[in-house]
Amino acid sequence: MNRLPSWLIVWCAGVYAFLHIPILVLVLFSFNDSKFSVAWEGFTLKWYARLWERQDIVDGLVASLWVATTSTLIATVLGTLLALALARGAFPGRRWLEMLLYVPVVTPEIVVGISLLVLFVAMGLPLGLTTVVIAHVAFNLTYVVVVVLARLAGMDRSLEEAAMVLGADEVTTFWRITVPQLFPGILSGAMLAFTMSFDDYVITSFVTGPGSGTLPVVVYTMVRKNIEPSINAISTLVLVGTVILVTLADRWGRNRPLAGP
Amino acid sequence: MDDVVEFVRVSKTFAAYRAVDNISFEVRRGEFFSILGPSGCGKTTTLRLLAGFEQPDADGGEVRLLGERVNERRPYERQIAMVFQSYALFPHLSVERNVAFGLEMRAVSASDVPKRVAAALELVRLDPGVFGRRMPAQLSGGQRQRVALARALVLEPALLLLDEPLGAIDLKLRKEMQFELKQLNRQLGTTFVYVTHDQEEALTMSDRIAVMSNSRIAQLGSPAEIYENPRTPFVARFIGESNFLEGTAVEPDGEGWLVVDDGGHRWHLPAGPGVAGGRRVSVAVRPEWLDLFRPGETPAGENVLPGIVRDVVYLGETLHVVVRVAPERDLTVALRNEGQLARPLPWARGDAVHLGWLPGDSQVLEAD
Repeated sequence: MNRLPSWLIVWCAGVYAFLHIPILVLVLFSFNDSKFSVAWEGFTLKWYARLWERQDIVDGLVASLWVATTSTLIATVLGTLLALALARGAFPGRRWLEMLLYVPVVTPEIVVGISLLVLFVAMGLPLGLTTVVIAHVAFNLTYVVVVVLARLAGMDRSLEEAAMVLGADEVTTFWRITVPQLFPGILSGAMLAFTMSFDDYVITSFVTGPGSGTLPVVVYTMVRKNIEPSINAISTLVLVGTVILVTLADRWGRNRPLAGP
Repeated sequence: MDDVVEFVRVSKTFAAYRAVDNISFEVRRGEFFSILGPSGCGKTTTLRLLAGFEQPDADGGEVRLLGERVNERRPYERQIAMVFQSYALFPHLSVERNVAFGLEMRAVSASDVPKRVAAALELVRLDPGVFGRRMPAQLSGGQRQRVALARALVLEPALLLLDEPLGAIDLKLRKEMQFELKQLNRQLGTTFVYVTHDQEEALTMSDRIAVMSNSRIAQLGSPAEIYENPRTPFVARFIGESNFLEGTAVEPDGEGWLVVDDGGHRWHLPAGPGVAGGRRVSVAVRPEWLDLFRPGETPAGENVLPGIVRDVVYLGETLHVVVRVAPERDLTVALRNEGQLARPLPWARGDAVHLGWLPGDSQVLEAD
């Protein structure tokens, strides 16, 4: 067993502190009994209680959940099919299509937001939650495709061939062999997509309409008006939800066979 | 009509590469038929054509199964079974569910399925009570192999395809499985088509072997025909070991022909289709059919080549004596080991010897 040199331990601790202290401070102050969150004045849960009195936050949360769920469902179905086509198809330009897939990921969000806004306006689509969902599908799709593609790459093609020799036609083979094999990838892609959608501010702020803000948009608006610790409280809740989802996605995404029925 | 499989001038081309080039053969009912060749020779493509994963070229001949043309038939319309090199067990299904899969697809009545699954597992000597509920990931390589076999045999197929199924298990287990496969083939009367690159495996198990090379069948015959009478240098080299001799046929001589090689040595060949006056002949002689003598002591009627012993290699069961018969030209003689401690070989490096062999043990080869 190798012992790490102490300077390395200190260094790592420093890096982790740098990463996590701001988050800790946020969580801590969400329990701070003070209107002006600069000094600790005692423990309270009133900022959490206050969240439910604020209709704008509740509306934002509902909108966010709706947008994230809808866009995740659409992106997961489309993304899985796209991944299958990219992995299995032998058509001209396949490599190019796969490269194009990464363009939305590397494009700055603000550019994506503006371009979507221009597109929607040009098409005459009224801005609202529908346009937000479309925008979220557009950037979520890539994550689903990438995760499912990785899972497909690790899948033994002869499994499907074995099913076909055993008498399963293409459709039966797809549902009974391919989908169960891909399922961890599909689920992990979906969770990633849900998280990305739920957290997104920049793109959403461009394509959303009046009175239909998702939670990040609502929070940002609040911050600009007046800072109150209930922002810390809602941020903490979002943080906890996100961490849970990402952890689950990571667990499911591990390349392991599913337990049988 | 007792041919289970017929290939009639079948070709398969991938892009510009012809993986199977105009091959024809039949597999008889109940036969253990091996397709043997090095990687890239077209043996796997041949099997995939048979399974239905690939279709022959549009003008690429006919694949026939049980007397019917099946060129366009999908794998699930062929009523065959297959054991894959990677076993291809469904990782998300238990052993029982893996074996039951084919029965469910073929709409076997649900009350019969458990009985047949258990019988199939017992056939491959796996206790259904112990292994039935396990997941494939919980099995050893040999056990997975057996499950894959049970999953195929449970369908009682007329034809079982096996794609190098023993490649991934260790030597001792492999020998055992070779024996069991051969037993199953006899016991069930199922026709086996077995693809392998292992010549020893093919020789041990097969009734007949098709040796493939460069997308074609180089030779088709029983193990003895393939080994004792290889038709081309490729077959002679790929199956077992061989010594190669060349010379020019000079004149008929009694039963055969007199040949003069490049070193001026004269030896005899049996008459054959490839031998005619003035023609170059290429000949293979197995190491175990050569013998060593002191100069001048070679029995009458045997061919003689003089040489110098270069090396003696101890292999346990046999000893290989490498003899230089011409510059840069060595022949190998295999001698039975009769105990080097009690009765050591009378040959050592540098000894002058005569190689002797019977003219009838020379196999005249065609060009590859």
